[in-house]
Amino acid sequence: MIIFLSCIILFLIGLYAIVTKRNLIKIVIGFAFIEYAINLLFALIGFRRGMLAPIITQVDMPHKFVDPIPQALVLTAIVIALGTTALMLSVVLRIYNRYKTFDIAEIRKLKG
Amino acid sequence: MKGMSLIVKTITNVMIGFIFIYGVYIILHGHLTPGGGFAGGVIIAGALVLRVLAYGSEAGAEKRSETRASIFESIGALLFVGIAIAGLMLAGVFFRNFLPKGVPLNLLSGGIIPFCNIAISFKVGAGLFSIFLSLAAVKYVMKD
Amino acid sequence: MTFIPLYFALPLAAAFIIPILGKIAKSVVWIFVTLVSFVLFILALYGVAVMQQIPMVVYKMGNWPPPLGIVMAFDSFSAFMVLVISILVFAGSLFSWRYMSHYTGQWKYYTLYMLITAGMMGVSITGDLFNMFVFLEIAAISSYALVAFGVDAEELEASFKYMVMGEIGGLTFLLAIALLYAKTSTLNLADISNTLQAMGQTPFFWTVLGMMLFAFSIKAAFVPFHSWLPDAHPAAPAPISSLLSGIFIKVLGMYTTARIVFNVFGLSRDTAPAFFNVLLGIGLLSIAFAGITALSQRDYKRLLGYSSVSQVGYIMLGFGIGNYYGVAGAIFYILAHALAKGLLFFTSGSVVNATGTRDLSKLAGLGERMSTTAWSFRIGGLSLIGLPPLVGFFAKYFIILGALKGGFLWLAIIAIGLSVVTLGYLLKIENNVFMKKGRTEASKAPFTMRIAMVFLVVLIVLLGIGFQQVFDFVVGPAAHALLRGIEYANLVFGSVAVGF
Repeated sequence: MIIFLSCIILFLIGLYAIVTKRNLIKIVIGFAFIEYAINLLFALIGFRRGMLAPIITQVDMPHKFVDPIPQALVLTAIVIALGTTALMLSVVLRIYNRYKTFDIAEIRKLKG
Repeated sequence: MKGMSLIVKTITNVMIGFIFIYGVYIILHGHLTPGGGFAGGVIIAGALVLRVLAYGSEAGAEKRSETRASIFESIGALLFVGIAIAGLMLAGVFFRNFLPKGVPLNLLSGGIIPFCNIAISFKVGAGLFSIFLSLAAVKYVMKD
Repeated sequence: MTFIPLYFALPLAAAFIIPILGKIAKSVVWIFVTLVSFVLFILALYGVAVMQQIPMVVYKMGNWPPPLGIVMAFDSFSAFMVLVISILVFAGSLFSWRYMSHYTGQWKYYTLYMLITAGMMGVSITGDLFNMFVFLEIAAISSYALVAFGVDAEELEASFKYMVMGEIGGLTFLLAIALLYAKTSTLNLADISNTLQAMGQTPFFWTVLGMMLFAFSIKAAFVPFHSWLPDAHPAAPAPISSLLSGIFIKVLGMYTTARIVFNVFGLSRDTAPAFFNVLLGIGLLSIAFAGITALSQRDYKRLLGYSSVSQVGYIMLGFGIGNYYGVAGAIFYILAHALAKGLLFFTSGSVVNATGTRDLSKLAGLGERMSTTAWSFRIGGLSLIGLPPLVGFFAKYFIILGALKGGFLWLAIIAIGLSVVTLGYLLKIENNVFMKKGRTEASKAPFTMRIAMVFLVVLIVLLGIGFQQVFDFVVGPAAHALLRGIEYANLVFGSVAVGF
């Protein structure tokens, strides 16, 4: 149970970074935290004590595997996270290019 | 001298082929061992990124290799959609296996899965490399 | 029944052909995209026709049976969403040609345009929770990139703000999926529905539902979480603003909410009145707050963005009423608002294209010089306010009918009263841009843009006159599909399932 709570704590740390930090790069890092937290949670959900990794190495293997679906989901989630992070970083770089700063308070042109 | 020092360049020359082959190995054994199209594609992209880092590159060259990478990326995605549509045409269902399944635990097994892995590796390798290039290209935009 | 995967496979394949095509011949790209959108439109009509005979088509991807593999569960509600998406995508592709002609890197725009289409189509037909998340993110990531397409300071900033909000929503949805998987060990919507019914309404049930509602509220821009929309939608190129406001927020926010609440969690007004009152509250808050904020806007597209937030509230109001007429009215409203708001954003694009500004105080006297645009604006606006016999009137009529039948007289009165606010902010544009005497330099809108606008005007008028047919063949079955509730699971697993 503790280990599941640690995922939630990691999630909240990321959320804290997104909400309070003023540096754009730190906000992106906050998202990375949240993504790791969720991926870790997925991996833990699939875990079964004493079971093997879900790889078939012999033809007649006893079916004593951990749940493989969360691992596949994590892989997909990582790819999506990669896409968003890359897009976010490129937008941040372009913003830096316009304003010469990463500080969110100095680039607030849009109101509301 | 452009890029990094001679030592780095020499070692890159030696290593790049091994990295590439390791990537190809991961891709082709994706249906038997951990790994597959995504992991192998990342390794191949790593080899390409290493080359750019060691030798450096100019804005024009980067633009050209980005174009090439995006074409490879499209080819990979089209291959993947093509495999899915081939399933629709040949076996009647989108993504259905239309190849013989082969002997389990052999390299030639798993039906369409190895081909899906190859398509994904094209997409991921070229895609990651072009992400790297376009993030690296920002420095030229910034000088304007 | 092999047409189901084509809805997302066709735009997906097109998206990856475009970069290759763009290298060879630039001018072909637009024709190709328009052709693909038109084929999608025909396929969507065919899908609606198929849904007249059977309640649901279950398509098993790779021939794996339901709880194991990913299934596409195509019912009347999906058919309806696919139809509305394809109408706006087709009109948008017509509009894009001349509007995008002064941008560089057009093939990138069209690639993203096809990707966002594929994402929205996928969300509306999938029967698998994680698959829904993946398609949702495909659509969302494409939209972030499209908002930033102009790479001006303002657009980048809007895109970043949108990305932060949207990703918090998306990741919350992913967390909810993880929790749901931990309890139910399945990702199939129908299977989840069965397991949840067996478990009963535990605190876990409400926690997950609350997280999903939070995630979808961000995607649909309901009022506490709306702040990104009035920045992001105006910053995008006009055809994209029209697509985002017209259908994107409804697919990612409204469709998903309705599907999850009615068909997966199996709630209805009778079993969970408190939850449906929360939906009513969200809807009313959005209508009132965003509508009043829209009155004070001075930017053409920003005003329309606030108007979208306000109008989406009506849809939530219809779902919150929860009886047959309320839900049918909400679904009708999705159609009506998609057409009207799509058209209004087209007129804004036409004005920006001709004058180069969207500041209301700088525009004047365009009513005579841009007569097609002006009349399109008037008809779209009247439909949005709800004037008979335009399609917007009937949408509002059914929501109010639902409110009366459900015993919410006060709600009906408020809904009619707040239409006055809609009238107020639309008159502001009408007065400033089209009626006011003055001389803004402007040329007539290009031919393809006018075609796109006239297409939507004709649809607004025709669907309004033939509302009985629209209701019987498209909207009514869609409402039945939602109110079927947990019968959805039986259809997915049951013998009624057609396909392979």
